Amino acid sequence: MSEVLVLVDEIDGEAKKVTFELLTAARELGEPSAVVVAAPGTAARLKDSLAAYGAAKVYVAESDDVPNYLVTPKVDVLAALVGAAAPAAVLVPATAEGKEIAGRLAVRTDSGLLVEAVGVATEDGAVVGTQSIFGGAFTVKAKATRGTPIVTVRPGGVDAVEAAGAAVEETVEVPAADAARATAVTGREPVVGGDRPELTEASIVVSGGRGVGSAEKFEVVEKLADVLGAAVGASRAAVDSGYYPAQFQVGQTGKTVSPQLYVALGISGAIQHRAGMQTSKTIVAVNKDAEAPIFEIADFGVVGDLFAVAPQLTDEVAKRKG
Amino acid sequence: MPNIVVLVKQVPDTYSERRLSDADHTLDRESADAVLDEINERAVEEALLLKEAHGGEVTVLSVGPDRATEAIRKALSMGADKAVHVSDPALHGSCLLQTTRVLAAAIGRVDGVDLVVAGNEATDGRGGAVPAMLAEALGYPQLTHARKVTLDGDTVTVVRETDTGLTHLRATLPAVVSVGEKINEPRYPSFKGIMAAKKKPVETLTVADLGIDAAEVGLASASTTVLEATPKPPRAAGQRVEDGGDGGQKIAEYLIGQKLV
Repeated sequence: MSEVLVLVDEIDGEAKKVTFELLTAARELGEPSAVVVAAPGTAARLKDSLAAYGAAKVYVAESDDVPNYLVTPKVDVLAALVGAAAPAAVLVPATAEGKEIAGRLAVRTDSGLLVEAVGVATEDGAVVGTQSIFGGAFTVKAKATRGTPIVTVRPGGVDAVEAAGAAVEETVEVPAADAARATAVTGREPVVGGDRPELTEASIVVSGGRGVGSAEKFEVVEKLADVLGAAVGASRAAVDSGYYPAQFQVGQTGKTVSPQLYVALGISGAIQHRAGMQTSKTIVAVNKDAEAPIFEIADFGVVGDLFAVAPQLTDEVAKRKG
Repeated sequence: MPNIVVLVKQVPDTYSERRLSDADHTLDRESADAVLDEINERAVEEALLLKEAHGGEVTVLSVGPDRATEAIRKALSMGADKAVHVSDPALHGSCLLQTTRVLAAAIGRVDGVDLVVAGNEATDGRGGAVPAMLAEALGYPQLTHARKVTLDGDTVTVVRETDTGLTHLRATLPAVVSVGEKINEPRYPSFKGIMAAKKKPVETLTVADLGIDAAEVGLASASTTVLEATPKPPRAAGQRVEDGGDGGQKIAEYLIGQKLV
């Protein structure tokens, strides 16, 4: 069975959930080989979790250069592996950095790039990526026509399933950076995310819209999110009104999320917003306007005041969770 | 004095419905209102701010159908100096790889480019990769997702903002910069700017003018191909209840029933 390269997304030696989703997806296509491109000592900490999700092999490409340069060390390592291992496909998380890595790799190896896949499969001997485009209005199946298919996979697009893998380590050299063409990283200020899950990785998202009315009142959204263990999102109207920071915006010009449960509070449901959340498995909406378009796509809707309904729901969930 | 090329693109308005054409699964550009991508206006604004601080010249580059002239005019009326418009029916259905090569070839025609400025992500394709791909094709460093750009001689520094936080970047010109939502507030074109834009030079090129064989671009030779496109059945509305003082409890019951809590 041919190898499928999976670029590991990690923070401080801990794999992100999307890594396990990619390893799961890779098993549809062949034998997953996890590729760790990071500072020395990282792969050793990742090995057990990569093995738990079916990595047959772990390519260890470690160098102090990796954190000091943007994107290109990962492209260099993947390009070398594409040449050496002739994989069936390369899977990369569809994060800001992952999309750039995949794009550069496609240019360098003259390969077809399938973006933001929510599933992969082998059909008639070809790697086929399923994409959900225009905010879920169309489902598209596409394949690469040359080179090695490079696929960016949307976080949350595939459910991670455990499977034992041997995780046999193989050391790979990180090519030296070309100073004229590389971008030096001179400092980092990681997001201090608090205890809430990341928006695109969360299984539950609770979002507030214009109906929340002010930045202070967003507390009612946050309280419900916290009792559900959810991420907090906001509609564009709420962000534009200054109620909540832009990085939490869900919609066509913000994040696309597809959690198990999406709770929309005081969101009317313009196309702009629906495009970012309508692939959610279950949608619950609270809005005082019975005509709000969000109700057209909600599995369960309550016409009422969110400031009465949401706190009551928060209390009920808290009671249940004891 | 930096020579800046800024990329602009006409995209369907995200507030209108977007469709794929039945014939070849490409974007049906007629069915949606087209606008200059918001993020492109920020790219133009940043290029103009850099020009105002350091001198130099701003060239607008757009690859797209004739309708892209509206986006180009907008950028010129904001204050860009001139424009290059690559328009060729052969480009229809081009993939990201082909688009990147065409952009790189067009940039190669502009003399002494120091900086290429683009929006970080078009709202239609959402590939989010074109600036990085262009940097790869040009052999330039990439400083992408910028919320702050500073030029000092031949050194460019950028504060990059993504979901993971801020990253401080430094590279040597020539380089590719992509700007994010928070970079600036684009100016409105003044009446004077709109009038002046009408006299600014717009060079229209075909792919042959760029030294690219028309057979190497477009749907037929794209590096990816769409096998099928299915409109998703519209989501059906589920239950809806009026809040009679127990709305929160009703939702809780529903969520428990669905095993979601």
